[in-house]
Amino acid sequence: MRSYLPHTETDREEMLRCIGISDLEELVDDVPDDVLASALSLPEPMSEMELRREIAALAPKELPSFRGAGCYQHYIPSVVPALASQSAFVTAYTPYQPEMSQGMLQAIFEYQTMIARLTGLDAANASVYDGATAAAEAMLMSRDATKRRKVAVSGALHPDVLGTLRTYAATLSLELSVIEPDADGVTDPGRMETAAEDAACVIAAQPNFFGCLEDIPALADAAHKQGALMVAVVNPLLLGALKRPGDMGADIAVGEGQPLGLPRNFGGPGLGFMAAKSKYLRNLPGRIVGETMDAEGNRAFVLTLQAREQHIRREKASSNICSNQALCALTALIYLSSMGKEGLREAARQCVNKAHYACDGITRIPGMKRRFNAPFAHEFVIDATVDGETVNRHLRKMGIQGGLPLSRVYNGDNGVLYCVTEANSRSQIDALIGALEVL
Amino acid sequence: MRKPYQILFEKSREGRMASDLPYLDTPSYDDAIPPKLLGGELPLPELSEVDVVRHFTGLARRNHGVDDGFYPLGSCTMKYNPKIGEEVANTFAALHPLSDEADAQGALQVMHSLDVWLSEITGMDKVTLQPAAGAHGELTGLMIIRAYHAWRGEKRDKILVPDTAHGTNPASVTMAGFTAVNVPSNAAGGVDISALRKLLGPDTAGLMLTNPSTLGLFEKDILKISRLVHEAGGLLYYDGANFNAIMGVTRPGDMGFDVVHLNLHKTFATPHGGGGPGSGPVGVKAPLIPFLPNPIVAFDGERYSLEHDRPLSIGKVRSFYGNFAVYMRAYAYILSLGADGLLDASLHAVLNANYLSAKLKKAYKLPYNRRCMHEFVISGKLPNGVSAMDVAKALIDRGFHPPTVYFPLIVEEAMMIEPTETESKETLDLFVEAMLDIARLAKDDPDALKRAPETTPVGRPDQTLAARKPRVIWEAECVKG
Repeated sequence: MRSYLPHTETDREEMLRCIGISDLEELVDDVPDDVLASALSLPEPMSEMELRREIAALAPKELPSFRGAGCYQHYIPSVVPALASQSAFVTAYTPYQPEMSQGMLQAIFEYQTMIARLTGLDAANASVYDGATAAAEAMLMSRDATKRRKVAVSGALHPDVLGTLRTYAATLSLELSVIEPDADGVTDPGRMETAAEDAACVIAAQPNFFGCLEDIPALADAAHKQGALMVAVVNPLLLGALKRPGDMGADIAVGEGQPLGLPRNFGGPGLGFMAAKSKYLRNLPGRIVGETMDAEGNRAFVLTLQAREQHIRREKASSNICSNQALCALTALIYLSSMGKEGLREAARQCVNKAHYACDGITRIPGMKRRFNAPFAHEFVIDATVDGETVNRHLRKMGIQGGLPLSRVYNGDNGVLYCVTEANSRSQIDALIGALEVL
Repeated sequence: MRKPYQILFEKSREGRMASDLPYLDTPSYDDAIPPKLLGGELPLPELSEVDVVRHFTGLARRNHGVDDGFYPLGSCTMKYNPKIGEEVANTFAALHPLSDEADAQGALQVMHSLDVWLSEITGMDKVTLQPAAGAHGELTGLMIIRAYHAWRGEKRDKILVPDTAHGTNPASVTMAGFTAVNVPSNAAGGVDISALRKLLGPDTAGLMLTNPSTLGLFEKDILKISRLVHEAGGLLYYDGANFNAIMGVTRPGDMGFDVVHLNLHKTFATPHGGGGPGSGPVGVKAPLIPFLPNPIVAFDGERYSLEHDRPLSIGKVRSFYGNFAVYMRAYAYILSLGADGLLDASLHAVLNANYLSAKLKKAYKLPYNRRCMHEFVISGKLPNGVSAMDVAKALIDRGFHPPTVYFPLIVEEAMMIEPTETESKETLDLFVEAMLDIARLAKDDPDALKRAPETTPVGRPDQTLAARKPRVIWEAECVKG
């Protein structure tokens, strides 16, 4: 029950006297009477103790989970929240005054370096909101780089990514051409090449929404043959096992950074990372930190290339983005620093191995089939003799959050999309298989 | 006191490990990935846990947050971030966004409650929490306006934006497929009504306004402006960046606004995080509800649910439902303050700003010498060529984060000061003392100011060099410092 105001009665009196008025209400004299509000109808304020109790009552039960679909359960090292929660980072503003913000600026520079190395590209920005808006911004980057207004995208993108692309494209009168995946669960490079004629870019995900591994090098070829850019939407953690987009011909790589040390938190905040070849550096949206020197020759970091941004270019800016996901980028940086080269490789390896172990165990059950033939990393679709919601209800009764029933995103699809990560123990996986056996 | 600091990658040593996963206890499927798509040899650093901890602890010491001191950035509302907010923020850390609704009732209740409360606070009819930041909220709101006019069969492609507007406003206009038209301000710092009349027409989709403006001045003609825009067939958009001035005092919905965005990381005390994550909820009046992004949270009196099947929706503007852990903090803030607390916060924000302006105007030019709201603009132009930049750097040496400089554009050497309500009179007095000292030095010893800052780990960085030869990732060659 507080506004965190330090003012005492004496303070108020002195201040009012200095201003030359006699009570607080006079301060808002400029507000016309006919728009003055009556008392707001809100719940009675609570003390901290009451608030703790109230919110604890809302807390959900945590279940073993095999649901991915764009938001993933991974091991988060204890150093990550400990270091990312330091108040000099958490309560700081955007580092526009570089001399007193070298901490955050250097951290963002290191994050940009990590993302470039992770993706095999030359430059990265300081983050955008999430993987979906990163894909949308990449679409706009490609439009600006090629001056073309058509975009060719794989229908096997995450539905929210595709949905966001549709919204942004419709707003800016860009033509979106969607190539649905074939029976193997992947996007056909031949059909994509046709669709990419006069396109600014081709956009495909690795892995795709169904967990299948796309032939990104072939899709990149298809794009380049048509003079279009290749935009790869990638899972950053799985780059511990999969070839980097920059090594497969991508011009721009984007994705959702949540797997890198961010809890699921009902879907947000996430982290949109963006990396590109050096020729597209000036097309990247949002903040970018650069290395420079001060007058005494000391290395110093600053926000740079600000002439791209809204506060300078206004209606001519390449993007309107101002606040980004800085603290989430810092979190990802700490995660990657802690996991390191070997840790990320091991985490990715465990995801792939455990997922294949689970898939083998499930498909040995009569009536359970893996839908697609394409190789996969840590997600796969299973078709059963009953629909996905029935499977889900059964698993839930046994205290397990199963894979995602696909009917929730595609009308009439009875399959289930399972995800297994390094965070799922062998006994959890065996329990899942056991539960499905008695379906 | 200049202090160099190693880059993370410089500390890497082959074979060092900080991670700690259990041994893999399932069979091996090491050839699951086809060779053409196989990777895993990443040039990532190898550090020990102590290295990681010392690196980031040291970096934090080279930074400055609200928890360290006064941070009077205009239109940023750098108020105190309650720690109870940090405590409850991750209540739903383990909840998957695509969980069964039965398992997500608590989270959906938070979302629905915020919809109801923020609607009440702003005088709107429904709120979406999906946008990730203020600028994202602007874009979403403009997309809604666009969809509304298109659905009514009206071709309107212009959005009017005052010359005092924050840069995101015209940038959002462009990103929403409109053309931005500049509306000049009058001598009193408000919207020039006669200019507005001339600019309004059948091609006007809407007007974007912040109220109070970025000059910290309340637009007294707001009802007239709203009438003019509506008569021309346009919609009125409220940029909520300055909402901290008026909580419980007045509501955008009552002033005639049709679409509103809020910045939870400003007004509702969620931390700025060094540049994000924020949260930019958008509120609309009833006729615009059908266009809100999908999904919305519904409540039938017993159960909460997500509604996706909404044919007129603009669709998705991002994945899932927004920056949930951020608005979880706003949930706690609203429950802590209640209606009286929010009103008190705004009144004291305005009190603090007027107190500062009364004290500073003896030494600094106050171009709009009248009652301000939660912020005000002075000119940092001082004798002997001392600029707003110099004043800012001198403040850093005195332990204060500087105010916003060089914005809004219509004031020369602008310094936009927003103290917020959570600062004490002593802090404000110390700030005034520092500012008066700087003004005196501008006359007596301007070089001292030009040398600032001298107490920071680095001096003024060469911004020109940074832009001319961009180095945005670390490279082992050319190591400096």
